[in-house]
Amino acid sequence: MKVCIVGCGAIGSLFAAHLGRLDDVEVWAYDPYQAHVDAINAQGLRLTGESDFVAAINARSNAAQIPPCEFGIIASKTLHTRAAMEATAAVFADGAVCSVQNGVGSEEIIAEYVPRVIMGTTFPAGHITAPGVCNHDTGGLTTIGPFAAKPASLEECERLAEALTRGGQQTVAVADPRGAMWTKVIFNCASNGIGALTRLPHGIACDQVRDVMGSVAEEGISVARKLGITLEKDPQAMIDYGREVAYRHKPSMLQDIEARRPTEIDSLNGGIARIGEQIGVPCPLNHAVARMVKAVEFSWTLDD
Amino acid sequence: MTEIKRVCVVGAGAIGSLFAGHLGALREIEMTVLTRRQQHARALNQHGLEVSGKAKLHAPVLASTDPADLGDVQLVIMATKTTAVEASARRLQGHFADAAVMMVQNGLGCETLVRAMGDWPIISGLTFMSGIRQSDTHVEYELDTPTWIGPWHRQSDRPGFAFIKQVEELIAAAGLVCEAYRDLRPVQWSKLIFNSAVNAIGAVTDLPHVPAFAKRDRLEDLGHLVHAMMAEGVAIARAHGIELSSDPWAMNCKAVSQGASHEGDEYAHVTSMLNDVRNKNDTEVDWITGSLVRAAAEVGVPAPYHETLYRLVKGLEASWQQRKD
Repeated sequence: MKVCIVGCGAIGSLFAAHLGRLDDVEVWAYDPYQAHVDAINAQGLRLTGESDFVAAINARSNAAQIPPCEFGIIASKTLHTRAAMEATAAVFADGAVCSVQNGVGSEEIIAEYVPRVIMGTTFPAGHITAPGVCNHDTGGLTTIGPFAAKPASLEECERLAEALTRGGQQTVAVADPRGAMWTKVIFNCASNGIGALTRLPHGIACDQVRDVMGSVAEEGISVARKLGITLEKDPQAMIDYGREVAYRHKPSMLQDIEARRPTEIDSLNGGIARIGEQIGVPCPLNHAVARMVKAVEFSWTLDD
Repeated sequence: MTEIKRVCVVGAGAIGSLFAGHLGALREIEMTVLTRRQQHARALNQHGLEVSGKAKLHAPVLASTDPADLGDVQLVIMATKTTAVEASARRLQGHFADAAVMMVQNGLGCETLVRAMGDWPIISGLTFMSGIRQSDTHVEYELDTPTWIGPWHRQSDRPGFAFIKQVEELIAAAGLVCEAYRDLRPVQWSKLIFNSAVNAIGAVTDLPHVPAFAKRDRLEDLGHLVHAMMAEGVAIARAHGIELSSDPWAMNCKAVSQGASHEGDEYAHVTSMLNDVRNKNDTEVDWITGSLVRAAAEVGVPAPYHETLYRLVKGLEASWQQRKD
């Protein structure tokens, strides 16, 4: 089995390294960060933290050097999905391609470029500590399944899930992957969107503005209900659970804001609000959060 | 009717100093200033108060940290920030029995804090003038925009409109712009609804008041939120039976379009709340956006935008308190 990881940042590295441990899987990785690519090719991809091993990966910053692959795993930031697919579409001319990105909307873009699409939701976290090295911060389940508008077969999803699980990245294949995905998206809209605007870590945001987080989540729950999606867990309970286990955790969007990096807001609160608009479920608070995060990004362009 | 001969300004920041410097320069007025710091009072007693910029004035003043040292006055101008009104009013307890207290704070509701400390007649007000405090004894008069005053609607018979007109004439005679209204609320609420949205959204987004606040081309544009929040404010006003004097959205569009008239220099006003956020000071959000949340609750009008923005600014305040721990 040949698999190509597109976007070999923290999440992409976790997928690449776990698959790279298997003898029957040939792993390729596409990433524009040349120093990371060179380090992986020279010394292998090293995981530290929760995991501690080195995997042999073929990394390239030029997608033309990557052979056709049966599976793709897209792990770039959602901002870069289209550029990544423009670059790698030929690799997946007959492939099934799985997004493990945050938020909504990536699968639709991927579907413009490849024949079969898998929707994925992943919980593990990590961060790149040096070129070729990724710290595995936390483990967690990945859920994948056919993307209904342009589906891969469930059997294909099961093959990919089996390989990932055997490599140490616990993954399940399900017929309807939307429940897992929307559960995480709704949680993230509350935790990331409100964390970004108040500059508060998750647990402290719960102490200060839990009601606002709850209202933002409730709009997402209404959208999911109208779409006929059965959520895997109650996002409200997840918000409270997050307070217990990740009190001082800064959501990634807050980290982006502090570092003045473009955020994934269009795929989170902006995405929920856009879908709500399309199906007639009003999402005034998600619109408000999205518009204000966009305004924060805009504020960086003013010199003062 | 009581004639105004002696006036006390409480809180000599930029606004308080502008009032004290102008009124104190009138020959017929004896000006007193209640300060927080001894050193500030000493400097004022020694040097008086100097006004530069739009006006060039020098006013002798009697200053103290203790109201008992200041003698009787007929008018108190409460010129502290909203966040300091309660503490300042407490210091006035038992003093100035013959005075009316004039308010100039942003937002709504500071009158009740004063009322809780004493039975002085209260004049509602708000001011748009601005100054830069150069030192304890020197303020630069920057913008000669007006101060609006009128009866406090909860007790509109005290001090009576004739006295309020007298205050208006006195302030105007001192060279400041002042307008007295029989019903202040139409102008007060128009400005409040405008300020509530522009200040709170600006505070959360770290964005000065720029044309983005009026942009509604794409779905993600900020103007949609500003517009929706102002419409909510208008609905709250309507439920209180208040006929606004101007449309807050039109005020917003006009303010951000001012850039065109200044060559190359785009209008980008850093609102007072954004300034507080950048300096990690407590904001006036309780009296601005928070006052509209309370006003909405009083009449049972839903106010999700005001509630959300109010809570987000409070969350933001918690973020730097957190860091101080």
